[in-house]
Amino acid sequence: MTYVGMPTPKETPQETMAKIAGTAAGMKVVIVGGGVSGLSAGWWLARSGAQVTVLDKGIVGWEASGRNGGGASHYQSPLFEEEQRMWPHMDELLGYPTEHQQERLVIAVSPKQLNQYHYLAKMNNDMGYRVDLLDGDQVRSMVPLAGDNCLGGMHYRFGGHANPQRSVQAYAWALQDLGGRIYQHNPVTGFETEGGKVVAVHATSGRHECDAVVVAAGPQIQGLMAKLGVVVPLAAARAEMIVTEPAPMMPIGGVDGNGLYGRQTLRGNLAYGGGPHEWLETFEAGPPARPSSPLTRNLARRVAELFPKAAHLNVIRSWAGIVENTPDGRPIIDRMKDPENVTVITMSGVGFGLSPASGHAVRDLVVDGQCSFTDIKKLSLSRFDGIGADWREQRGWQAPQAA
Amino acid sequence: MHLNNGTDPHAIGTKLPAPEARYDMVVVGAGPAGLAAALAGAGEGKSVLLVDENPIPGAAMGNDVPLLFGGRMTTATQSAVRMLETVFMSEPQLEAAMEAGVEVLLGTSAWGVYRNGPGMTGLPESVVALADKDRGWIVGYNELVLATGARDLAIGFPGWNQPGVMGAAALERLLAHYEAFAGKRILIVGSHDLALETALLARDKGVEVAGLVEVRSAPQGDAALAEAVRAAQIPFFLEDAPAEAIGGIDGVERVRLRSGAEIAVDTIVLAIGLVPSIELIDAMGGKRVLDGARGGYIPGENEGVTCVGDCAGLADTGFDHVEYRMEWARELGALSKPDTIVCQCEEVTRADLLGVQPPRYLERPAPMQARSLDTLIKDGPPNPDQIKRLTRAGMGVCQGRRCRDQVAMMLAMAADGPFGSVPLATHRAPVRPLPLRILADWEESEEMRAGWDVWFGIPTQWVPYRDIDTPREREHQTAIAEGWSL
Repeated sequence: MTYVGMPTPKETPQETMAKIAGTAAGMKVVIVGGGVSGLSAGWWLARSGAQVTVLDKGIVGWEASGRNGGGASHYQSPLFEEEQRMWPHMDELLGYPTEHQQERLVIAVSPKQLNQYHYLAKMNNDMGYRVDLLDGDQVRSMVPLAGDNCLGGMHYRFGGHANPQRSVQAYAWALQDLGGRIYQHNPVTGFETEGGKVVAVHATSGRHECDAVVVAAGPQIQGLMAKLGVVVPLAAARAEMIVTEPAPMMPIGGVDGNGLYGRQTLRGNLAYGGGPHEWLETFEAGPPARPSSPLTRNLARRVAELFPKAAHLNVIRSWAGIVENTPDGRPIIDRMKDPENVTVITMSGVGFGLSPASGHAVRDLVVDGQCSFTDIKKLSLSRFDGIGADWREQRGWQAPQAA
Repeated sequence: MHLNNGTDPHAIGTKLPAPEARYDMVVVGAGPAGLAAALAGAGEGKSVLLVDENPIPGAAMGNDVPLLFGGRMTTATQSAVRMLETVFMSEPQLEAAMEAGVEVLLGTSAWGVYRNGPGMTGLPESVVALADKDRGWIVGYNELVLATGARDLAIGFPGWNQPGVMGAAALERLLAHYEAFAGKRILIVGSHDLALETALLARDKGVEVAGLVEVRSAPQGDAALAEAVRAAQIPFFLEDAPAEAIGGIDGVERVRLRSGAEIAVDTIVLAIGLVPSIELIDAMGGKRVLDGARGGYIPGENEGVTCVGDCAGLADTGFDHVEYRMEWARELGALSKPDTIVCQCEEVTRADLLGVQPPRYLERPAPMQARSLDTLIKDGPPNPDQIKRLTRAGMGVCQGRRCRDQVAMMLAMAADGPFGSVPLATHRAPVRPLPLRILADWEESEEMRAGWDVWFGIPTQWVPYRDIDTPREREHQTAIAEGWSL
């Protein structure tokens, strides 16, 4: 269960699991935020023997973690090779289905898209990740729903996709099976510090003593970390998706392009997102609403262009998710200096696919103080030291005034 | 570090289009309440648009959208021209509305209402999204009147997932408006006013009514109506319930009651209750309240939106509809088997729903099989949207119309709470299933095209990690950024 287009891993995930077993025995870890990054971190820590408690303001995976396109092909990340090593084994390791599928196709319906995809293909091949270029006819033979307007594309011989909702619940359940506790509808109200450490986390469920804390609360990280005197620059925005009724199954479901991200689900539905976002204010209690907009129509158009042979299919839902971004769009995965037992993780809008690896990185930071399998120093919070209070305005990322 | 000099070309900004047309008043639904509102608006000199989705396209009816047609429409429904004429003739007030200057669009559904509010400021104004058989578009309004009526409440029992099990509202539509009911002999489930009126309508239209089945010990509706039904020689089967619908390739042929009686019918009409059609209100993030005497969830106060007719709530006769349907749900649940289907679109069985098991195309390893609704309930009150994503119940092309309410009732029962203790699965636009090509904005603005990005349009986000802070970073950023605005 490895990829054609990736370097062969040095170790199997099962060997890794055996190696970490017991390394965090007796350690009490509180995870703030039951999204995919927090849950994966909790699961890795529980596999290491830690006593894990997850506190969530609502239901696990309720925000962006359960509402995204399910892609798992983020080659720009230092976590990518670890992600690719882990995904094919996640169903077995978690004990629950994630619907993970391998490989992806990206197809172009304009010359400009084709040029961009060729550039990305070269970028990947240079990194040692195999991408095959396809002409229009090759695409049409592999993607039955593609049309005459398709000019070509690329075939990632790695990557893939999974079902975000099912995967998030799989992490949560697997964590519980390892003795972890999940408190839903339990917003964190404060931290208790002593001697440069957080010794307890307060939530509506009460006081949770801890040896270490992981703050993985998405857009709410900023407000939570401010309680500890740490500035984490984040801006939240709304992103939208649509889904159709089931289409006949394509041999590779992970097909996107034409300015869209998404996939064909194992049920056959076409689930796609993309397009303009709206910057939002952040609230401690979480987003007050997750409205869709008429952008649904622009998404429908692009899906119809991507898959002309599916243009007759009914769209049956649209939805929106609230996603946080860092100023450079890259993750922050970092253990703080003060309080020194707090680790922060935000994946800046690209967290689902990388989750099997991000949890490992967080586990390493919490238990060993450094990441064992890749360099993540460029993802430290300190890169934003001294960032101006007006960083959002500088980028045009401020929330518009409510009408 | 990449800066955009204070503007984000990929943010929504002013990219969402202005409406194609504006009206003082838009009325959705041309039943009596919608027509009255439209005529009143026109009488005050307002510009009024009145849309109605009837005649429903045959494909939608086949999916039990928006009512539970149960596959019992005749082939007449396949003729769009004939249907349009029949719908128009069935409602004389339509002509009056047109004469009064109301713009009337039949065969036009309203699939979304969008307005600025929490989490959304990008709309130029509040709009209603419409679609007909050819295209989708949006219109602006000063005043929105929803007269969307009520839809069928479905509660499953063994064999209900075959042609010939339909709802009372769908039957009324086929008999009184479409002249296109394919059944000959029906059994009605329920005995409140809806069921009694259904029996009398069917009898008047020449359909044979084999009887009404009532779970309680006496007919529930208005005494005079019940007497009229008795006078028509239509029997009541009291303290009874359908245990199984038995049929062949054309659907229902007979029904076996709990008491053991077998009745030959081609159609079973669920007339336990109607659910106010709050899809648009709910999908726009509007307020709703639970009122058992008015049919369940009904719209709350929503600024700029007036709800009239059944969608505002059924007439309050002092009858607790929610308690009544919960009693039916308990009884039909008891008569159901583990493999009785709850969600027809996704073929989710009762056992899989209560076991929160994934669909059959996925593996069910031992830990998965050990999970159930009970283990989820330990983590907090059950939420239908969570159950939906695990079991897929309510995720299909009927948009949860056939199972939303019964799933909410099943979850409430499983959690040992009253109906309202479990939230209702959310409605999302489009509130009618609509083809991609119809929904699509084929005339989007250059601004939308130019500002489109697959994700957030942050070039630094996609630079390979090894190239960050190297000369190659700028090269990638430039190359990637040039690909924006696809």
